Formats: sequence, C-alpha cells, structure tokens
Amino acid sequence: MSPTVFFVAIVSAMLINNVVLMRFLGVCPFLGVSKKSETAIGMSAAVMFVMVVGSILTYLLYYFVLEPFEITYISTIAFILIIASLVQLVEMFIKKASKKLYKALGIYLPLIVTNCAILGIAETNIREGYAAEYGVGQGLLVATSSAFGAALGFALVIFAFSTIRERLEAADVPTAWKGIPISLVVAGIMALAFLGLEGIV
Amino acid sequence: MAKKKKDAGKLSVFTKGLIQQNPIFVFLLGLCPALAVTSSLETGVGMGILVIFVLTASNIVVSLFKNFIPEEIKIPAYIVIIATFVTIVDLGTEAISPPLYDSLGIFIPLIVANCLIMGRATSFASQNNVGRSALDGLGMSLGFGLAMALIGATREFLATGELAYGVYLPLGFEGSIIGLEAAPFSMEVFVGPAGGFIVIGVWLAIFNAIGQHRQHRRKIARDRWIEKKKQQAAERKRRKAMEGGSA
Repeated sequence: MSPTVFFVAIVSAMLINNVVLMRFLGVCPFLGVSKKSETAIGMSAAVMFVMVVGSILTYLLYYFVLEPFEITYISTIAFILIIASLVQLVEMFIKKASKKLYKALGIYLPLIVTNCAILGIAETNIREGYAAEYGVGQGLLVATSSAFGAALGFALVIFAFSTIRERLEAADVPTAWKGIPISLVVAGIMALAFLGLEGIV
Repeated sequence: MAKKKKDAGKLSVFTKGLIQQNPIFVFLLGLCPALAVTSSLETGVGMGILVIFVLTASNIVVSLFKNFIPEEIKIPAYIVIIATFVTIVDLGTEAISPPLYDSLGIFIPLIVANCLIMGRATSFASQNNVGRSALDGLGMSLGFGLAMALIGATREFLATGELAYGVYLPLGFEGSIIGLEAAPFSMEVFVGPAGGFIVIGVWLAIFNAIGQHRQHRRKIARDRWIEKKKQQAAERKRRKAMEGGSA
C-alpha cells in the first residue's frame, strides 16, 4: 500500500467531502462558536483531538469487540459513550491548562458530545468499509488519516467563516438578515465554492 | 376554575414548540439534519417522524429517572437513554421502509447527537413531571417536523418543480402534489449542500422580518395608546383648572 492512499484520504476528507459544507456534520458549533476567530481555533483544536482519538477507539472497539461477539447493533450506544468520556477528559484538561480558553468555549465544550461530526466520522469510517478494503490493520491507518483530514477541514472552514463573520458584524446588513440568516447564506456561498474542488482527487 | 387554568398551562407546553419556540427557526437546534436530509419533502417528514418518536420517548424516560441520576453523570446517562431509542428507530426504519433508511443513511444514528433532544432532556425533562415532559417532547418534535417539511418542500420544489410523495414513506400510493414538469427551469443547486444553507437562511430572514413587523406595529399601537392617555390627562387638568377658575 503506497503512502498516496493516506494523502488522498486526508485531502478528500478535508476539501472534497468537507464535514461542514458537504456532509452537514457539526453545523451547530460551526454557527455557534464562529463569532470570533480565537474561539474558532480553540474549538477546532478540541474537535481535532476528540475526532482523531475517538475514531481510533471506535474503530478498534467495532472490529475487536462488537464484530467478534456479533453485537454490532449496539454500535451507536457504544460509540457515543466512548466519545462522551473522551470529551469529559478534554474538558478537564482544558479547564486545568487554560482558564481563558475554558471560559471562551463555554457551553460548547460539553456540547462536543452532541457534535454530530465526531460520531458521524466514526460511523462513516465503519460504513466506508476501510477494513474490508485494506484489512483491519491498514484500514485503521486510513480511517485515522481520514478523521484527521475531516478535522482539518472542520478547522479550515470554521476559521475562514469566523473571519468572514467578524467583518459581517461591521457590515451594513438589513435588520431582518442580521446575525444568523446572512451567515447561513454566506455558508451557502462557501459551499458553492467548495463544490468547485470536487475534481481534484 | 383551577383545573381549567392548569389545562391551559399544559396546552401551552405543547403548543409553544410549534411556532413560538420552534427548535429550528427560533433556537437553531438540530440544524445538521435540517440541512442534510431536507432535499425532498418526504425525507424531511420522515426524519421528523423519527425525531417525534425519539424525543417524546426520551423525554418521558428522562423525567421518570430524573431523581435517580446523580448530577455529575447526567449527560452520559441521558445520552445512553437517547441512544437506546435511536437504536430502536434505526432497526425499525430498516425493517419498515428500506428506501427511507437508505436516503437518511448516517443521519439516523446521528439523531443521538441532535442538540435538540439533548437540550430538551437537560433543560425541560429533568425538571418537570412525566406528563408535561411528554407534551413538551411531542410539541417540540412536531415543530421540528413542521420546519423540516417546510424546508424540504421549498428545496424540492425549487430543484425539480414538483412535490412528489410515496417514494420513501410506505404510504401505499404514489403521486405528486404539485407537478409543473418544469425540468428545463429546475435549479439543481437547491438539492445540493449550498441550497440547504441558502434556503434556511432565507426562511430565517423572512420569519425575522415578520417578527419585526409585528413588533413595530405593537410599538405604534402602544405609542398611540400612551399619546391618547396623555391627551386625556391634559384635558382633565385643563377642565379642573377651568372649574377652579370659575369657582
């Protein structure tokens, strides 16, 4: 297996199948914490950690526990529990490491649990059938790199969007469109732009 | 009389979720499925039905167990309750309507991560009794379903010029509510991701504009009322002064 596989997995998860704009995962934090670029960066770092570690753990759990015992139907419950405990860990760590970041992320930190991007990527890794295509061991590497790519894509889009929103604050927008409505239309235009990247891999 | 008042309270628990506190258009909760599975009216409605089941059931169970769950492990406990019902819905949909299961895809397990359900569990069901929680869940999820249907219908109509039914839900018959056969004029972008964002943005702006218009009219009415009262007071004062003068 050549290293290009990983590269393709990262680029396609980051740009072509962008989590937020193409797969609609994680739209709540995308709109919620993108008011300032500082909180956007903090949020994407937390999401990146939980997403990569979470998809490794869920992948291992699926192929070494759930599948051998033929209880794959409880995968949703098992996955969300793993993600919830991971988020708890990150929350405790950030609280200890940076009070400022903890305050800035506020309510959205426990809400990473209900960030559908994390669970969505974990489920996608199983549904894409990486294990069947590359074998369980190498499939894990591909799944990890695609999770990393997805997290990078999330970070890229949320950061770009937060800088646009900072300028929108100062723009002269009709009152009915102020805030979320105009942001959603901006996101739609960004999605159109991302549509143009479809052919690169 | 007391009973009637209580009933009215119950009714508002149910109806507030429909329009006044609509989860999608007012609270912006559960936007991921609202964007992802509303490419047609029917998938939107299908998702709405699944959420009605999950939210009502999870609200009931959460409020039943609210006194037994310690504060520290509240969120994991609620998540397990919600995930149980999502698994039921997942397996049920696969059995009853395979086309709907295929078209909703990954978004059925992702109902677990729908902020609307977790939000209602923590903010309402954990503080209210079973009846009120069930009504709240039903009302909120109906509001969610209505919003999904509205977004789905808009997108499907703009993209194809038609509103078809019977494709995903097992209704037993097929047809179209509106069939313009406007294929040359269809705007396929509205089925795609960009269309989803733009349609929700435009609807939000429309609802905002309606709300502002109403507020504006209420303000005008109130200003008029205050003006009238002021005039009356001035009139009374003048009359009193005149009476005093004549005496």
